[in-house]
Amino acid sequence: MVKVSSWGRLDSHEHDLVPLADRDQAVRAVAGGRGLPQGNARSYGDVCLNPDGRLWRMTGLDRFIAFDPGTGRLRCEAGVLLRDIQRMSIVHGWLLPVTPGTQMITVGGAIANDVHGKNHHVLGSFGDHVLQLRLARTDGRVIDCGPDLEAGWFAATVGGMGLTGVIVEAELQLRRVAGPWLVTDTVPYRNLDEFFQLADTSEAGWEQTVSWVDCLSGIGRGLFFRANLAAIPDRGAESGRKPKRVPFVPPVSLVNGLSLRAFNETYFRANTLKAGYAVAHFEKYTYPLDNLHDWNRMYGPRGFYQYQSVVPRAAGQAAIQAMLAAIKASGQGSFLAVLKTFGDRTSRGMMSFPRPGVTLALDFPNRGAQTAALFERLDAIVRDAGGRIYAAKDARMPRDLFESGYPRLAEFLQYRDPGISSAMSRRLIGS
Amino acid sequence: MPDSLQRIVIVGATSSIAEHCARLWAAKGGVAFTLVGRDAARLERVAADLHVRGAGSTVTVRTADFSDPRAIRALADAVVAEGMPHQVLIAHGSLPDQQQCQRDLDAACEALDVNGVSPVLFAEAFAGHMEPVGGVITIIGSVAGDRGRRSNYVYGAAKGLVTRYAQGLQHRLAGSGSALKVVLVKPGPTATPMTAHLPQRGLAPVEQVARLIVDGANAGKPVVYAPGKWALIMMVIRHLPAVVFNKMNI
Repeated sequence: MVKVSSWGRLDSHEHDLVPLADRDQAVRAVAGGRGLPQGNARSYGDVCLNPDGRLWRMTGLDRFIAFDPGTGRLRCEAGVLLRDIQRMSIVHGWLLPVTPGTQMITVGGAIANDVHGKNHHVLGSFGDHVLQLRLARTDGRVIDCGPDLEAGWFAATVGGMGLTGVIVEAELQLRRVAGPWLVTDTVPYRNLDEFFQLADTSEAGWEQTVSWVDCLSGIGRGLFFRANLAAIPDRGAESGRKPKRVPFVPPVSLVNGLSLRAFNETYFRANTLKAGYAVAHFEKYTYPLDNLHDWNRMYGPRGFYQYQSVVPRAAGQAAIQAMLAAIKASGQGSFLAVLKTFGDRTSRGMMSFPRPGVTLALDFPNRGAQTAALFERLDAIVRDAGGRIYAAKDARMPRDLFESGYPRLAEFLQYRDPGISSAMSRRLIGS
Repeated sequence: MPDSLQRIVIVGATSSIAEHCARLWAAKGGVAFTLVGRDAARLERVAADLHVRGAGSTVTVRTADFSDPRAIRALADAVVAEGMPHQVLIAHGSLPDQQQCQRDLDAACEALDVNGVSPVLFAEAFAGHMEPVGGVITIIGSVAGDRGRRSNYVYGAAKGLVTRYAQGLQHRLAGSGSALKVVLVKPGPTATPMTAHLPQRGLAPVEQVARLIVDGANAGKPVVYAPGKWALIMMVIRHLPAVVFNKMNI
């Protein structure tokens, strides 16, 4: 048994960690077993944990199976990191259509959480680009499924939090790109009205839109970032940055009221000064924190929560305003505060998080009861607005909010693998 | 097969360290790999992966009996007949249970064979072909070969055999003025499937170890500790007087 914690580092529990190294071994290990598949453990909360139980660590299944540079179809094992796909495929003029803010996650994890990125309004979520996947069940069955093949299994597994079986391999459709470069534009906004105007006017012409919101300002000022892939002559390819590392866990969170106020003020002003167009390498622009290893240590020994919700667009502005007010009143929050609109498309997964509306994501250092009280206020706003919370980030949402946020839960449970259980499934589903 | 490709032969190609070395070579593109192993299905998977990673690379797989001197000779002859390798990496091995080796001489014999005798025979077979033309033969030994310790001295003895062999071959090649270089790699404990059952704390990431091996092989360095800190640690351990060393539980 070894101690394992998730990216939020809230606590660590003993796990029977079983590293798997190839797909045959994975199918054999899963058959008749009880456990939970875990990718690169970048989920923030408890979706990837199985305290006192078994974890099948999938990162050893990291082989490509086949890639056709003519069509951009890639087959690979489920433990391949998105980073390794991108670095391989960019050479041939292809990239993953959808990635989240980190490349350091596995294909299996990306499917199980149906991750999204800054281009949701154009390209949807990760599951929209999965052509097929292979699922190993604890009863020994191996199921190949896709949008048109065993479609129920596919819809349950995309966004299915690993609970329908162990994804051992997948076939993905990559997208043609002219190169690794992005044309970017930064626009400061002073309030939520301006944010929504920017979002509405940017979605047609910009493939990537996201914004940083100053969660302490109370008025919803922030910076709107938009970007497009562009055909730009190669600038010597490699971004060539040497990674840095947070070398140890500081005794208290470095993110606190004092540091945050100073940071937010500086960040807003500095970016306002250099607002406008620029050219950036996709890795540097899209995954800035991948170059700061172990950044989750900054939040100190008690770890941190991420609270990410989505609310329907109609109720969106009032709900976001209310959440920002509640956060300001609490004096808590972080500089990783992301506000973004989702496009009008329905995700393929029964339990997928993205839905039409507006999503707000914030990190909060764990301050015990104080933080829990703030979350209850935010939950009430999300509940009233008819929204949902993102399971991949969650460690504490109440069961009623999970049930109201995910109306296809009952349908999903028919596909559940009875041998697979996580801390999250026990907390939210009861087993 | 175009002559411009760099010919790299990897013996024990399904081992995790070897696979990661191959990925680093493949990333540069333009490599003609020959992968040698015992399990054809696993070799094919590694080959498919390298084929995707290595733009413009070719991959050939061969299986062999690693404990039969004649099979080893025949394999080296056949590989060389297809084209003289520029690089040979000999990477196979297994981590035996020391306690079991003490009880069961068959287990001890197999551990000595697969970790010591077999790699040496592969190296000898390729060295005979490559001595006149040059190239690099890289053999993976271990820090465990630097001094026998109670926790794993059967494995350590096999790796010690590899160490002495590599020294001797280097001496022979220096004397003959050959352009063939022999690189002896001594990895410390590394996070691979071979060590998956051990506490993971303190194990070096396999990517880091592979990077040091490939850099060392490309440069033709005589001895590579991976990670480098083990050079210092093992120097101290080698020189500890027995009265002190024998009190240590390592």
